[in-house]
Amino acid sequence: MPATRPLPELVCPAGSLPALKAAVDNGADTVYLGLKNDTNARNFAGLNFDDRTAREGIRYAHQHERKVLLAINTYAQGGDISRWHRAIDEGADLGVDAIILADIGLMEYARRRYPELRLHMSVQSSATNYEAINLAQELFDIRRAVLPRVLTLDQVKQVIDHTRVEIEVFGFGSLCVMVEGRCLLSSYATGESPNSHGVCSPAKFVRWEHGSQALGARLNGILIDEYQQGEPAGYPTLCKGRFEVEGDTYYALEEPTSLNVMAMLPQIIDIGVAAIKVEGRQRSPAYVAQVTRTLREALDAAGREPQRFSVKPGWTQALSKLAEGQQQTLGAYNRPWK
Amino acid sequence: MNTLQLTLGPVLFYWSRDDILRFYSEAADWPLETIYLGEAVCSRRQQLRGQDWIALGKELAESGRHVVLSSLALIESESDLRRLRKLVENGELQLEANDLGAARLAQQQGRPFVAGHHLNIYNADTLALLQSLGARRWIPPVEMDRDTLAAVLQQVSDKGLNIETELFAWGRLPLALSARCFTARHYNLSKDDCQFRCLEHPDGLRLNTREQQAFLTINGIQTMSDGCHSLLPHLADIAAMGVRAVRISPQWQHTERVVAGYQQAIQALNSPLHTDIDLAPYADSRLVDGYWRGEAGIAAIGEAHHAHS
Repeated sequence: MPATRPLPELVCPAGSLPALKAAVDNGADTVYLGLKNDTNARNFAGLNFDDRTAREGIRYAHQHERKVLLAINTYAQGGDISRWHRAIDEGADLGVDAIILADIGLMEYARRRYPELRLHMSVQSSATNYEAINLAQELFDIRRAVLPRVLTLDQVKQVIDHTRVEIEVFGFGSLCVMVEGRCLLSSYATGESPNSHGVCSPAKFVRWEHGSQALGARLNGILIDEYQQGEPAGYPTLCKGRFEVEGDTYYALEEPTSLNVMAMLPQIIDIGVAAIKVEGRQRSPAYVAQVTRTLREALDAAGREPQRFSVKPGWTQALSKLAEGQQQTLGAYNRPWK
Repeated sequence: MNTLQLTLGPVLFYWSRDDILRFYSEAADWPLETIYLGEAVCSRRQQLRGQDWIALGKELAESGRHVVLSSLALIESESDLRRLRKLVENGELQLEANDLGAARLAQQQGRPFVAGHHLNIYNADTLALLQSLGARRWIPPVEMDRDTLAAVLQQVSDKGLNIETELFAWGRLPLALSARCFTARHYNLSKDDCQFRCLEHPDGLRLNTREQQAFLTINGIQTMSDGCHSLLPHLADIAAMGVRAVRISPQWQHTERVVAGYQQAIQALNSPLHTDIDLAPYADSRLVDGYWRGEAGIAAIGEAHHAHS
């Protein structure tokens, strides 16, 4: 048996001050947030932090001995990238515990200006292998990398075994079926993507069409899905629509499901994952509270008695009510190793 | 000003070994500055293995072409890394790095490389960083619009950066990569037992909306546009911006005609004679250029596609 591993940090989303407090109150070790502009990949109206709420949030978290991470995880665009530089300056000034960056040019800026500032490599950097992660470690001394949701558990272990950088994986939330940072479907349909604008399938392009038979969900005019009466309708994220391929109409890319790694927690702890991330800065404080509380309990249970760990029905019940499309999956982690 | 050059991107689809060899024996005679080759999409595609690509590349290089080996864009496993190391260590041909890990290996070998469009270079600082690691040429992200590129190139010039720019100028746009295989999913097969059904779709599988609008193309783990991206109408502007080369992405039929059309258009840039080249007959989908114009990528040439803003 390997020596007992420390429990991974539970990293929870904060799209607002109430969500941040909900995460802290319900057992998050760390919260992550973004500023109110396109320097972060959840650039939605009504979401995120200004200077005042960020200071209050950081004060609250630090008072409870929790950490705060600032996500600056879009790619700095074009000739004037001062917005991204200012966001980094602001993060340093606010005293966040680390900044999460996607763009290696920004990593260089942050390291040069703030030698003591802890840097994390965002999932949007698409670093799926240890060579990519070790490059950022050597050049910018990044301390943690967040892996895209595409690797099997054995592949995650391979990465951990070949780097000094801490590894963070996604544990719960919407499932991105594409490699983060390598998906331009949204800008192909609307002109705006996560890399460039910090959005995917943005709400301002969504139009609901109430027909006599069916409800159509359009994104910039493109029909993403159609629902018959009584069929539950979902947000038209474009990879989660139903399309026609060679005469078959089906979820051609991805079904609307949620990632939930609860059943794998003992293995995740065992291979040495440093942190487990919950997706969802766009979610409500109530959602964040419920997910954080449930995962906190599960993680503690897995840490206490990994051999005897099993997923409690109450946890599953609590999470399945919140899951997108009501379905949950282990995602790429459980694809058999070959 | 340098004349705009033409390059041939790697074949993004899965073609049989014979088809690949035939394609490149023909391409050797086309007016191309650089030929990129290798498997850039899926590690399961092994009609040609790393050694075969290297041998083919060396053969083409001997016939006087500049040849670059394109690396896999999604590197997940130790065996992916082993294959990547073999490509980098071939000793002769340059690498197109489509992943930061590939850039690192090239740098460690002290070998210059091409920074592929998957490296997400959206500004001059990031470009300067890649250049310091050994990049001699870069391909901007396919979604980058004209004005953003112009601003980056202005800074490249201000900083005196010595790096060439190449644009993805023709073909279905490579938009997304996944750990899952959508071709296998279409056939209800698991990815690890995909039966290499991609071989049956040499231009990918068309994905339509429920009202029969052609939208995307399924190409194994890659999702591409259905529309055929064409920068043909913008070549004069592109040349004037200081772009060095434009890339033609191979398609199952008519690639030669497309190359010839671009060549003719480039020659016409330096001549007062007006030429009207129509490549639409050689694309099997609608021509789009929205990305270049700062619109949705799906916007057809000449068409606005912004429902809002």
